[in-house]
Amino acid sequence: MDATGATTSSADGGGSNSKASAKKNSRKPKYSRFTQQELPACKPVLTPGLVIATFTIIGVVFIPLGLVSLSASEHVVEIVDRYDDSCVPPNYSNDKLKFIQDADTNKSCIRILPVPKLMKKPIYIYYQLDNYYQNHRRYVKSRSDKQLRSKSAANDISDCTPEDKTKNGPIIPCGLVAWSLFNDTYGFSLDSKTIRVNKHDIAWKSDKDHKFGNDVYPKNFQSQGLIGGAKLNSSLPLSKQEDLMVWMRTAALPTFRKLYGKIDEDLPANKKIQVLIQNNYNTYSFGGKKKLVLSTTSWIGGKNDFLGIAYIVVGGLCLFLAVFFILLYVIKPRPLGDPSYLSWNRTPSGQPN
Amino acid sequence: MPKGRIRAKLRKSHLYTFCIYPGDVGKEGWSLGGPGFSRIVYCNEPQVHSQIPLKYRSNDISTTKYNFITFLPKALYEQFHRVANLYFLGCAIASLTPLSPFSAMSMIAPLTFVVGLSMAKEALEDWRRFMQDMEVNGRKVKVHTGEGAFGKKAWQDVQVGDVVRVEKDQFFPADLLLLSSNFEDGICYVETMNLDGETNLKAKRALEVTLDFDEDEDFKIFKGMIKCEDPNPSLYTFVGNFEYDGQVYALEPSQILLRDSKLRNTEFVYGIVIFTGHDSKVMQNSTNSPSKRSKIERKMDCIIYVLFSVLLVISLISSFGFAVEIKYSMPEWWFMRPQNPDNYYNPGKPVLSGLSHMVTALMLYGYLIPISLYVSIEVVKVLQASFINQDIQMYDEESGNTAQARTSNLNEELGQVDTILSDKTGTLTCNQMDFLTCSIAGTAYGSGSSDVELAAAQQMANDLEDKIELDTVVSSNSEKDHKSSIKGFNFEDTRLTNGNWLKEPKVERIMLFFRILAVCHTAIPELNKETGSYTYEAESPDEGAFLVAAREFGFEFFQRTQSSVFVREKYTASGKPVDREYKILNVLEFTSKRKRMTVIVRDEEGLILLMCKGADSIIFDRLSNDGRLYQQDTTRHLNGYGEAGLRTLALAYRKLEESEYSAWNTEFQKAKTSIGDDRDIQLEKAAEMMERDLFLIGATAVEDKLQKGVPKCIDKLAQAGLKLWVLTGDKMETAINIGYACSLLRQGMKQICIMANDADTKEEVKSDILKQINNGSQIIKEEKDPHAAFALIIDGKTLVYALEDDMKDHFLELGVRCASVICCRVSPKQKALVTRLVKQGTGKTILGIGDGANDVGMIQEADIGVGISGVEGMQAVMASDFSIAQFRFLERLLVVHGHWCYKRIAKMICYFFYKNIAFGLTLFYFEAFTGFSGQSVYDDWYMLLFNVVLTSLPVIALGVLEQDVSSQVCLEFPAIYQQGPRNLFFDWYRILAWMGNGLLASLIIFFLNIIIFYDQAFRADGQTSDMTALGTTMFTCIICSLNIQIALTTSHFTWIQHATIWGSIVAWYLFLSIYGALSPNISGNAYQILVEALAPAPIYWTTTLLVTMACSLPYMVLIAYQRCFKPLDHHILREIKYFRKDVEDQCMWTRERSKARQKTMIGFTARVDAKVRQVQRKGHKKQ
Repeated sequence: MDATGATTSSADGGGSNSKASAKKNSRKPKYSRFTQQELPACKPVLTPGLVIATFTIIGVVFIPLGLVSLSASEHVVEIVDRYDDSCVPPNYSNDKLKFIQDADTNKSCIRILPVPKLMKKPIYIYYQLDNYYQNHRRYVKSRSDKQLRSKSAANDISDCTPEDKTKNGPIIPCGLVAWSLFNDTYGFSLDSKTIRVNKHDIAWKSDKDHKFGNDVYPKNFQSQGLIGGAKLNSSLPLSKQEDLMVWMRTAALPTFRKLYGKIDEDLPANKKIQVLIQNNYNTYSFGGKKKLVLSTTSWIGGKNDFLGIAYIVVGGLCLFLAVFFILLYVIKPRPLGDPSYLSWNRTPSGQPN
Repeated sequence: MPKGRIRAKLRKSHLYTFCIYPGDVGKEGWSLGGPGFSRIVYCNEPQVHSQIPLKYRSNDISTTKYNFITFLPKALYEQFHRVANLYFLGCAIASLTPLSPFSAMSMIAPLTFVVGLSMAKEALEDWRRFMQDMEVNGRKVKVHTGEGAFGKKAWQDVQVGDVVRVEKDQFFPADLLLLSSNFEDGICYVETMNLDGETNLKAKRALEVTLDFDEDEDFKIFKGMIKCEDPNPSLYTFVGNFEYDGQVYALEPSQILLRDSKLRNTEFVYGIVIFTGHDSKVMQNSTNSPSKRSKIERKMDCIIYVLFSVLLVISLISSFGFAVEIKYSMPEWWFMRPQNPDNYYNPGKPVLSGLSHMVTALMLYGYLIPISLYVSIEVVKVLQASFINQDIQMYDEESGNTAQARTSNLNEELGQVDTILSDKTGTLTCNQMDFLTCSIAGTAYGSGSSDVELAAAQQMANDLEDKIELDTVVSSNSEKDHKSSIKGFNFEDTRLTNGNWLKEPKVERIMLFFRILAVCHTAIPELNKETGSYTYEAESPDEGAFLVAAREFGFEFFQRTQSSVFVREKYTASGKPVDREYKILNVLEFTSKRKRMTVIVRDEEGLILLMCKGADSIIFDRLSNDGRLYQQDTTRHLNGYGEAGLRTLALAYRKLEESEYSAWNTEFQKAKTSIGDDRDIQLEKAAEMMERDLFLIGATAVEDKLQKGVPKCIDKLAQAGLKLWVLTGDKMETAINIGYACSLLRQGMKQICIMANDADTKEEVKSDILKQINNGSQIIKEEKDPHAAFALIIDGKTLVYALEDDMKDHFLELGVRCASVICCRVSPKQKALVTRLVKQGTGKTILGIGDGANDVGMIQEADIGVGISGVEGMQAVMASDFSIAQFRFLERLLVVHGHWCYKRIAKMICYFFYKNIAFGLTLFYFEAFTGFSGQSVYDDWYMLLFNVVLTSLPVIALGVLEQDVSSQVCLEFPAIYQQGPRNLFFDWYRILAWMGNGLLASLIIFFLNIIIFYDQAFRADGQTSDMTALGTTMFTCIICSLNIQIALTTSHFTWIQHATIWGSIVAWYLFLSIYGALSPNISGNAYQILVEALAPAPIYWTTTLLVTMACSLPYMVLIAYQRCFKPLDHHILREIKYFRKDVEDQCMWTRERSKARQKTMIGFTARVDAKVRQVQRKGHKKQ
């Protein structure tokens, strides 16, 4: 701010300030391609060829993928049987809730399921519930993973209200999820011969090994107050209670299937299998359906036509777009880099945009 | 200061006739002691002023926004002024309650980060201001400490009533009353550069009565009282009187030394402090520096409001749904134990539950409002700013200054500028005059021809060829500049230099011409002992240039005494240097009204000569019949010079008879000593009597040297469609000359001058101005010629009226229609007012550029303030948003950085909204499937990382590195800059399209996923998916889709973009495997989700592929279609570059470059065009 260099109105005889500028040169920014924004860069241009090629490639890849998925899905054999209505005796049909809540009624029920096609082992048994909000926030939060995992965390029940403890101490496993454990059971027989239901390895491996402790035993579970769903064998550690594990993997949607067990033998076509159902679980109060599902699997899992169809639709759309753009470029070609398309050449006013 | 200068002691007042004579007491209609005029200052008694009621504000100044105590509340207030931040604050508070769908940390941490970062930035900026204030407050000045002793005191301790001694080249610490100076007659010179940008020195003169107080001891006994006006911002007025010894003397502005002006050419002055600190006129002129926000950011706020409404609507829907579910369905859901309700799930109180759910929903859908947007934008802008700072092409070798983005939040505004308001001195010009050519006795000397003529000639030569490049002309011109090493002299003509003029035919006239140059001035020579040559301290740079020129021609002015001027003539007939003495008899100095200066001298032979220099029109009116001998030729030359943008003066002389002179002198002395209203008029009359019957001898042309590259820069900016207004404190003639030099004005342009006449009443003046404005508008409306261009020239006095509420709209309308606007003699306040008028009147983005303290108001008021970090004070730079070393860097700053930053930020914000809508809406859809319970399908950690890690880096890379076209193409096609001012990339159409894209993506992602994972087993082992598996798959789809989308949006891939985009996808998988490997206590249901469940399932991968492609399809179709039918300019240019068509077909490239220029009325190119048209018309006439 001082007078140095302020030669505003004096006409100097000459002289240079090279010394000063040499000193100041240290402030000169250093050149680097990054700071000068000159990094080598790929600057792709959207050429018609690229557009058509992209759409064609997507189409060519997606349609076969869709066909493969669809065929995999077609190979899956699935038997679905809704039994919630039919397993209520006719005299209770007007008051199903009373039937299910009455401990003394006979809940057994026999269903005959025809096998449409040969079902190769393993055949998976699912129960499907409908309109059941396992994903409700109040419900989802009502559990204690720590307690399930280790014995020492038995008192970690703060999230479990209202199903947290009894007079005798904390409930293990606590919370609404465990409390409402599904308790219908199924027995299968083919030509009067019982089919063994394998209930092992129906839970996720990581659940068995790491999330449910092998030293944690059920305690005070379904013992007092309201009884929810199934009871647990208190002599088995939680790591052996696979039904509980399956149930506690809360479903994402209000309609869901859960694995009940496996049948490790083939079911021949056109045979009828007999199912003895113990219809214990209450879905009648909220009008939920119950279904029994027998299904084989393929590499994409269960029967899932949608994936294949979606692939074919998207692939088909892409092929269509490829054709559309080919036509477009033929009918109204725009040479790339044609300066006549520049705004100042197009609009008479010369307004660029 | 240069060492060893010798100066003769002078009474300088005798040089002045008109300017600084004390006027009369109390002729204005004010009364001291009345309202507005209540200030009383007891001179030399500062202790009186330490008590109320005479306690005035202290002299320390503070320009900071905050202090240590107010920083926290004020800065927090600023931060939470932003609606989005306030919302996030609410969320953070609510997250501490059980209502929160997420953990509290995930809400509080980002907010703290965002707010902390912004506040740290504010603090740093304010700290810089604070340090600047400290420096100013800590400056030392000599203050009377009693008993005639003076001691150094810091500025901040100076009090009203203090007597201070200011020495040469020091700034005045406060507004002072001048008591005396080292000159016997109490004259001193001040430079008011920082106040009004004027660089010529102004003379101030003390009252006669205080002249004797010119030594330290004298102040032992000095007492007096000043009664004056209250603090006000008017720089050019002062009302007050001084009571001393029982007498009352009136004070005038010419006795007041203003703070921030500088003492020049005077060894010392004594003064009494009248106004201190914020009371001083310069501080009264300063306005608070407003916090500026760019248009894009303001629009972004609008979008945020839109999103808030969306948020509110879906939260309402959600709450309503929740309440209904709670009331009607929940009692039936035995598995949820409706018998044991709590407040949030209470079937008995659905309204309460609904309301509390509202809070939850507002937090859950908070992902619609991108909190990280603010952080990301801050980060991006800081990086962009560092690119600006680092740009080697905006580095000035001479001053060693780089461009500085001083506030980073206006980067993108640089790309939307519509009008530039520029200061003149120091910004466009170097404030240095060069003697370029002259015309002596009808012969033109000096080979410097103007750039315009050169270019036009070249263009005519190859008429239909491509337009000549301005670059070549300018570069050749700048080379020429380098040849001349003498400051102020750029004359090339061997006929005159090195004494060759002796051989010219009209040698007598030439000699006289040079003598006039050497004698007719008010400058003082100073011997520079180091070089042995003389330098000159002149009132105006022109005079300096004349003296240097005279010196170079061999007429060295080397001494001035009280009554004489000594000139050493180097080339004489005898061949030996001769010293000549000219006795100065009278000086009739230059005023803007007179537009001429005259000296009457007696040379050694006793001959009395009147030498006069002045504006050509004035001189021509006063020629004798014989004196018009060279008038025709000179006029022709003058027109040429004028067209070339040079400052011209005509030189004339007159021989006087002794008797004639003495008769006149008696008259003149009488007028000079007369007192009263008509003194000035009488002096004027007397001068008029003498300044007639002149003999025209020639004319000079001085180049007001433009800063390097200014014409080219203005030309390019004009081609980019920018309008340029020049606001200057300078005289109208100077401003017009510069207008010519910068090609803002040209011959043939219709100039509309609006000037206030000297009518008596305000109403008359106003109606007259209004009439002039309307006439101007009328002329423009009726103009048929499409090439006609208009220039509006208005001065400060007129602006006072034109800026009044009832006139300003007319004025603005006229200004906008004119190709160039020049406002002269405007005060700093008026600069700010004009800026505000243009800003508010047009609604466009205004950039203000200047270098002096007088530009601070303009810089602060404009949407973007740019300061020139030249040699002058730092005030302009301190107040600015960007500083550059030279005006010419403005081109690169706007056309390259501005353009890029605008597009980057626009693209980035659009993408941000897209991404957050695409993500946020999936949360909403899912909630609808959970009975509106507020359950999220994603793990908390996914959501936390979503904005922080997984999608943030690619968009930051986009915001920092994206380039639509290279910097070279930006500069070659300034026209594509218009994409910014026309806001093509951030209009509602585009924003909504991006939002629509987000909506589409959310629908595709969500519904494809839930249908695929509906109820079936998702892998061969038969297990069905749970919420975590579905959520993770969906999230994978989101990450892939969003990153593919940004890859499609990016058009400039460096390795950084590749690394961030593909790295983000990789990072997601990496995170998932690490997270899955952690203890289930941390990862919960996501334990080993990828390794165990998803990765082995083909459906996971096929779904990802399907969804990602399906999400990108709409955008791909859109851009493919648009490229085909509506390619934008930068697309075409990219294609041309890509196929190297510019190299193969250079003809086309050059042709497009010239076509791409906005139709421009100003600038060099327009001027060349006009010249060509003019010549062509002439050609037609001849045929």
